[in-house]
Amino acid sequence: MPALFILIPLAAVLLVNLPLRRLLTPAAFWLGLLLALAQAAAAVLVPDHAWIAPLGVATRLLRFTPTADLLTRVALLTIGLVGATALMVARAWTADPERRFRFANLALLALAGMNGVALASDLFSLYVFLEVTAVSAFILIAFGGERDALEGTFKYILLSAAASVLILAAVALLFVVAGSVSFGALHDVVPAAGRDPLVAAALVLLLAGLFIKSGIVPFHGWLPDAYSAAPAPASVLLAGIVTKTTGVYILMRAVTAVFTLDATVRALLLAGGTLSVLIGAFAALGQRDMKRMLAYSSISQVGYIILGLGAGSILGVAGALFHFFNHAVFKSLLFVNAAAVEQQAGTRDMDRLGGVAERMPVTGTTSVIGFLSCAGIPPLAGFWSKLVVILALWQAGERGYAAVAVLASLVTIAYFLSMQRRVFFGKLAEGLAGLREANPWLLVPACLLAAVTVGVGVGPWVLDILQLPAGSLP
Amino acid sequence: MSFDLQSALLLAGLLAAGVWTVMTADLLRSAIGLAVTSAVLTLALFLLGAPLAAVFEISVCAGLITVVFVSTISLTKPWGVEAALSHKQVRLRRFAFLPLLLFAAMLLLRSHAPHLDLVAPPPAHPVQDVREALWIDRRLDLVGQILIILAGVFGVVVLFKTRDAARQEKKP
Amino acid sequence: MTLPGSTLFALSATVAILMTVAALYCILASRNLIRILIGLELLTKAVTLLLAVAGYVTGRMAVVQTFIITLIVIEVVVIAVAAGVVLGVHRHNQDLDPRKLTNLRG
Repeated sequence: MPALFILIPLAAVLLVNLPLRRLLTPAAFWLGLLLALAQAAAAVLVPDHAWIAPLGVATRLLRFTPTADLLTRVALLTIGLVGATALMVARAWTADPERRFRFANLALLALAGMNGVALASDLFSLYVFLEVTAVSAFILIAFGGERDALEGTFKYILLSAAASVLILAAVALLFVVAGSVSFGALHDVVPAAGRDPLVAAALVLLLAGLFIKSGIVPFHGWLPDAYSAAPAPASVLLAGIVTKTTGVYILMRAVTAVFTLDATVRALLLAGGTLSVLIGAFAALGQRDMKRMLAYSSISQVGYIILGLGAGSILGVAGALFHFFNHAVFKSLLFVNAAAVEQQAGTRDMDRLGGVAERMPVTGTTSVIGFLSCAGIPPLAGFWSKLVVILALWQAGERGYAAVAVLASLVTIAYFLSMQRRVFFGKLAEGLAGLREANPWLLVPACLLAAVTVGVGVGPWVLDILQLPAGSLP
Repeated sequence: MSFDLQSALLLAGLLAAGVWTVMTADLLRSAIGLAVTSAVLTLALFLLGAPLAAVFEISVCAGLITVVFVSTISLTKPWGVEAALSHKQVRLRRFAFLPLLLFAAMLLLRSHAPHLDLVAPPPAHPVQDVREALWIDRRLDLVGQILIILAGVFGVVVLFKTRDAARQEKKP
Repeated sequence: MTLPGSTLFALSATVAILMTVAALYCILASRNLIRILIGLELLTKAVTLLLAVAGYVTGRMAVVQTFIITLIVIEVVVIAVAAGVVLGVHRHNQDLDPRKLTNLRG
């Protein structure tokens, strides 16, 4: 069954590109939307035994044993949700059927790629699907052909390719030591060989490459440019899930399935996490461009995920996973809001905006929900995941880092208040007299995501997620 | 020539080709240099016992990628002759540092030489045939290849359609 | 190549590292986007060498060949897309100076 998550999007792309184009052009969008939503539902609803059973025809056809633990399922859920959101934003962003068609195809390919990353059970296949996702992302960012978008794409390509080389070098070194790239084989050999210079070098190379892909400070240079210059639906996809899958998810996999969370690994994670959390938050304070502020905010929030991993305990990993999901939800929500504002007001410059909420009530309200969740205000989802991370750090004896995380939360509140004041509240800015609420295709995902972040925060299933992924940890 | 010398010369040749590619001032020569580096790598792959990979390397990297680079270079029409000549001298100053850097790196590496302490034991069920390895063991990677090729096709369509559209806008 | 495994590995790793240094220098000091891409290609060559020697030294050349083949396919797609982006940049800026890509700074 898990193999279907890769094969079905592939089949969909091949299907909609058959010679029956005139009929199939609109089908690409609907098919993509359907598959993304179905994936999200399946990740939550399908019972455990269907995942683990190896007898699925598709899985046998592909001859691979997918990973199917909690980490994978949360990733698949997130990928589905954000993918569906991005497609809806794309529909609002352009009315041209050709562009919608091409976007849907690339989104489907990115979906297949990310699913492959989530399901891969060896390091090289992980790399292959990582590249599939990256290439789809490159094209989606450059989609409109505008100058800033192309500039952002080039920087992303450069850093992404360099990171890939680092990851491959690590794979080569680990292959020498273990003779295999499968997680199982690596896990047997690598942690025991910790002092070996090749293994140590592989660790450093792998972490450096993954830090670049995740946008962790000091390797985050490409991120603000790519996020802000990309067309709206691409930004949603990128910020919501692509960076997380190609970077953070793989990082989580690598430190649990290949290496172990020993002292060195944890020290590196804590360092990277702290830098990201602080520098991202402070940099966000000084931004004028709405999407650029959200980009720096993303860097900061990813820092929380990394700090959670760095705590090194089961609670820490659970917190990291929880925040992985939450951040995807509220950050996508905020980018949808930014897309709505940009489309209706014609600008992302926060100094030229103001009082938008009175004309765009839905966008305004959902953005408040997004901001509250991101800043970690109870009872929204973001509060819980940040709390778990801070608790995990405290319990692990990393009191200083816990304090840093709390400090960053305060700065987060500050920059979001600034954004809310400048964009949504206050007096209606000049030139915005004719402002109307956004296209319904932007409102539906905003409401959906807002509902998810409220629901997860308030609902009883908060406790279920905190039931730990015992199987996926060393 | 003994085999040791052959390998050492091959590796040195690879490095030399790479450095020449970086240092040569003319962009087109650099692209050719890349093709030459690929060719030397092909030879190395062949001698290491990777003939299929060697064929891919020479046809795709030394062939296809060189074509891509040369077309891109010609489409972006770099400098005229005098500009190129003055640029050459400026460039030499900037890049003169590289051989020194490499020499320093080499000395550094000699003292902390990468060496093998731990090597995986020989496999229990050795797979000798690449084709078997590719089509059976690594079938998932093939799916990945199909996906990325599809993405590349769309990329070409998206990136070049916008180019043509912009060109048509510019025409009165 | 029939050097004893560890000598071959040491030599190849050294060459790979030196090539990486040269490629990084190329990327950082270059005044033309295409040359940056050439530098990326050189990085990939270095890693391909490392992978190949890893396969040789562990006696698992068949699997490693599949890795290299897949890597080459990925490499060409990435370069093709990157070339497309470079052409797009050239269309806007009329030149390929990486120092001019600072429009987004801030």
